[in-house]
Amino acid sequence: MSKKVEFRLSGAGGQGLILAGIILAEAALRDNKNAVQTQSYGPEARGGASKSEVIISDDDINYPKVRESDVLLALTQAACDKYMQNLKENGILIVDENVEVKDRDNIKIYRYPILRTASEIIGNKMVSNIVALGVIQGVTNIVSTDSLREAILERVPRGTEELNKKAFEEGFKLANN
Amino acid sequence: MDKKVKLMQGNEACVEGAIAAGMRFFAGYPITPSTEIAEISAQKLPRVGGKFIQMEDEIASMAAIIGASLTGLKSMTATSGPGFSLKQENIGYASIAEVPCVIVNVQRGGPSTGLPTSPAQGDVMQARWGTHGDHPIIALTPSSVRETFDLTIRSFNLSEKYRVPVILLLDEVIAHMREKIEIPNEDDIEIINREKPENDIGEYRPYETKGERLVPPMASYGEGYRFHVTGLIHDETGFPSNSPIVAEKLIKRLIDKIEVNKEDIISFEEYNLDDAEIAIVAFGSTARSAKSAIDMARDMGIKAGLFRPITIWPIADEEIDELSKKVKTIIVVEMNLGQYVYEVERIAGKNCNVIGFGRANGELITPDEILDKIKEV
Repeated sequence: MSKKVEFRLSGAGGQGLILAGIILAEAALRDNKNAVQTQSYGPEARGGASKSEVIISDDDINYPKVRESDVLLALTQAACDKYMQNLKENGILIVDENVEVKDRDNIKIYRYPILRTASEIIGNKMVSNIVALGVIQGVTNIVSTDSLREAILERVPRGTEELNKKAFEEGFKLANN
Repeated sequence: MDKKVKLMQGNEACVEGAIAAGMRFFAGYPITPSTEIAEISAQKLPRVGGKFIQMEDEIASMAAIIGASLTGLKSMTATSGPGFSLKQENIGYASIAEVPCVIVNVQRGGPSTGLPTSPAQGDVMQARWGTHGDHPIIALTPSSVRETFDLTIRSFNLSEKYRVPVILLLDEVIAHMREKIEIPNEDDIEIINREKPENDIGEYRPYETKGERLVPPMASYGEGYRFHVTGLIHDETGFPSNSPIVAEKLIKRLIDKIEVNKEDIISFEEYNLDDAEIAIVAFGSTARSAKSAIDMARDMGIKAGLFRPITIWPIADEEIDELSKKVKTIIVVEMNLGQYVYEVERIAGKNCNVIGFGRANGELITPDEILDKIKEV
């Protein structure tokens, strides 16, 4: 079987997780892989629960949703509580420092100040999603780092490139320290 | 990365396909999960000299695209569930007046406002019989982002060729998912335009057909041709008639123009059917789950395959009849509580066992659930 990795990026609406999923999938395409991104959200514009899923594979991807994820990012307690049980054995859980992780065997847990890095070091909590992408890349090395950098710059609003570049590097550093 | 390879959402691919097909008018009333189609049309149409208009409601949007099409513009609207219900009266008008147009319906959970952000395939029968009376219709349903691009073009081509409203049935999963798509070169895309009259302006009879061609050539308003368009039964001049002879001739021709051209209109995909004992019939996003389930079943030594209608109306009756003679069981998987299964049963029921597997809770049916059903059989 070829390599297939399933990501679930979860948190609150407005945290930019759908965009983070799109960027991750676009980085995978730059590496000549297949990727599918899906999302689910409530009727609210912001504030409710938000979830973005990405499947990256060398092969065709039929069923486009994620059942059990290999990697779970949870930026809020509610998201972590809800999706942790659907993390695979030996799966990777990446959470914000504010999230308490309940006991679960056979997973790898990475806890970083993702939201604080965005608001205090970068000075803009809007880039939490890009800090999170830096952390994900630092932990999983799922795509080539250059592809991910390019994908970020292509998608973020014009004029925010430097801010987002810095957000990515800070996130990447968190995971590599 | 090649510039033409992109990560694209189904709804976006629909607009890209529409513009490639020559869409130059869009009227709509935005509704989840079809909203991106209106948004992106509003952005892109002005750049190609087209027009976008947000109407006061869905039935007016449908009326607007009929009007635009009569002036010669390729026209489209997009909606979901409740909006599709509202459009039905004017879809009937487009059918009887033979006005080419494309109606995209991104299916969401129903009835009524139902589950606005969740997928469903509950409008299969409404696509066929939503408007009243005997009427011709074509409905296509894609399973991927790339196929959404291709089938949007094909919807325009078929509507132009047969002067019929074509319904593109998406579901929320296909409409909102993003995947890899390679946009073909313009030169590789086949475009069909409606046949224009060759008569002198004074001699044009708008609903006159010649020989075996059951589709009358179509003039555009503004070109100098004067003609009457009505939702009433009409004769070849386009004016209303109460004659049973005229009524029978018109309705029969409207139905026949699709019926006799079924071979051209119907398309489908077969996957692992050669030696299959169990065939799944599934379309749209459900077909993706079915493919995964079939791969899993094959790994276990179960001979399962997929018949995927791409044209769901008219139904591929000859192909399904053939299939029913080769397999022991057909399982129709759809995100509703049983619609297409009854059509399949009508065709295949005399030759093999036909069972339905459906659900209407707003969740995509998973490969495991389909595999369980296969194992049960």
